[in-house]
Amino acid sequence: MANLKTGDKKTKAQSMGMHTEVLTGKTQQKFFNPDEAENFFYWGTYDVDFNKRTELDVKDMECKEANSKIDSLMSEGYGTIVIKNPQGKHSLGVGILNKLNLIFEGSLGYFGVGSIDGPMVRVNGRVGWSCAENMMAGKVVIEKNAGSCFGAAIRGGDLICKGSVGARTGIDQKGGTIIIGGDAGAFTGFMMQRGRIVILGDVGINLGDSMYDGTIYVGGKIGSFGSDAVESPMTKDDMDWLKRKLKVAEIGDNFDVSKMTKVVAGKKLWNYDALEPTEKKGAI
Amino acid sequence: MCGIAGLIHRGKSSNVGEELQSMLQALKHRGPDSTGYALYANNDGQNFILRFKVGENVGEGSSSVNEDESVYNERKKTVDKKLSELGAIVVKDEKLTPYSYRYEMKFDKDLMDFSKAIESIENVEILSIGKSLELIKDLGDATAVSERYGLNKVQGTHGIGHARMATESGVDIKSAHPFWGYPFADVSVVHNGQLTNYWNNRRVLENKGMRFMSECDSELIAVFLAERMRNGATLEEGMKESLSGLDGVFTYFVATKDSLGMAKDTMAAKPLVLYESDDLVAMGSEEIAIRSILPQEIDTYDPFDGEVKVWQT
Repeated sequence: MANLKTGDKKTKAQSMGMHTEVLTGKTQQKFFNPDEAENFFYWGTYDVDFNKRTELDVKDMECKEANSKIDSLMSEGYGTIVIKNPQGKHSLGVGILNKLNLIFEGSLGYFGVGSIDGPMVRVNGRVGWSCAENMMAGKVVIEKNAGSCFGAAIRGGDLICKGSVGARTGIDQKGGTIIIGGDAGAFTGFMMQRGRIVILGDVGINLGDSMYDGTIYVGGKIGSFGSDAVESPMTKDDMDWLKRKLKVAEIGDNFDVSKMTKVVAGKKLWNYDALEPTEKKGAI
Repeated sequence: MCGIAGLIHRGKSSNVGEELQSMLQALKHRGPDSTGYALYANNDGQNFILRFKVGENVGEGSSSVNEDESVYNERKKTVDKKLSELGAIVVKDEKLTPYSYRYEMKFDKDLMDFSKAIESIENVEILSIGKSLELIKDLGDATAVSERYGLNKVQGTHGIGHARMATESGVDIKSAHPFWGYPFADVSVVHNGQLTNYWNNRRVLENKGMRFMSECDSELIAVFLAERMRNGATLEEGMKESLSGLDGVFTYFVATKDSLGMAKDTMAAKPLVLYESDDLVAMGSEEIAIRSILPQEIDTYDPFDGEVKVWQT
């Protein structure tokens, strides 16, 4: 086993503040040398210039070809890319891991801009199911409506839909913020684990069903609460955060956030008791 | 997973055959096994259009068998004899494939008795009866079926269609969509999803005299709605009842002589994208279906869970 104790000289990782403690446990393993430059390279990313702008017409392209072309343009340093004629195609703009201004002049199909980590995306149209699934960072603004599973399993970033969204928005959400200007469908926040969802309009049945954690704010009517979702009092911090966030999201500038309903996990589901599995067996 | 598409022109006619072909072909990746069309054509409305098959086109997993064309021809003769006995006057007959026919006929008696009599002939199934409904289904993608039956010139007001990926039953015509709303003229249904209380509902409906021709769960929707309408419910009332009467996940379309409706289950588990303007409603499992006929930028949306909508021509 590698000796993880370090000498007086700081490693590159330590000098960057990535970690400061000295790892000594027997189960610790050293998987890579933090001083080697290649270990600080984020594969698949590019340094782009936001002032370098180009347009890409994808009317006659399959999604794979269009995504390869976007990747190629980023490798040439283009930092602002305008996509023309997306025409509801699926899986456009996925897997972008660097900063980028990406503008779609039209609507996307399913799985648009999934698994992104950093770009600023604007869709001047509508998006289909599972937009921005697994998004890690960045900002995505949808000017019209969105389909179901909007922001499924996102980890971070801001995901904004100015119109209405379908069912299961923020399903399995693990972080970040989802903001909806219109209404949302059934099972919004289903099994969410962390992060925030803001809905200015009405929301359907089973809101926050089986949510583990996280917060949902609703401006309109609630169809029904899901299992273990409960109302919680709005605080000043909540309202300050909402005002700030709605301003950033370019929607609801004059919205009265004090009248919103705050929904959190009741944490009364069986897996939230203090019993160990063996104790639980005994109790049964 | 299957793909469904539908459109209705309000206040005018169009080439619905070609439009629906484009929409369904765009959804081919959702269901390559068979394709079906229910087109509401600009017929003169004087005669019934009877579409029926006397044999199967058999694909993977089907419980049916391919038979010799001479067998089909004999069955066709039996159908003709039965039609005569029932008092139907055939004014035009077309052989479309070795196993399927389109008749125009004059008939003014009970359609349920008529259908039972025709379908008492072994391996004969009525695909549809109506004064404007033209229901066509067969194996292959939308273009292949359209070319086989000459659908790309059909003028009409509305239509629904289905690209099927066989999951609940084999690949054959009897399991393909759309399903006719037996015994109602001009009623058809397409469905995307799975129904989990099929057998319970089927037993109840069969005891009430309704007929099932396949073991495809989607056929239940057509029979369920037909039974409700037979008891006096409107189409929309029947569709709303179906949200609680049918268990499972579904988005389905139903069409009548002058209307088109959609219903989505209470969990919104199956996709649907909708475009609505003053003179056209177009909808499909994916937006690319709508884009295939409306390439310009348009506003579309997903209907919510438990939503039922009906539009008139």
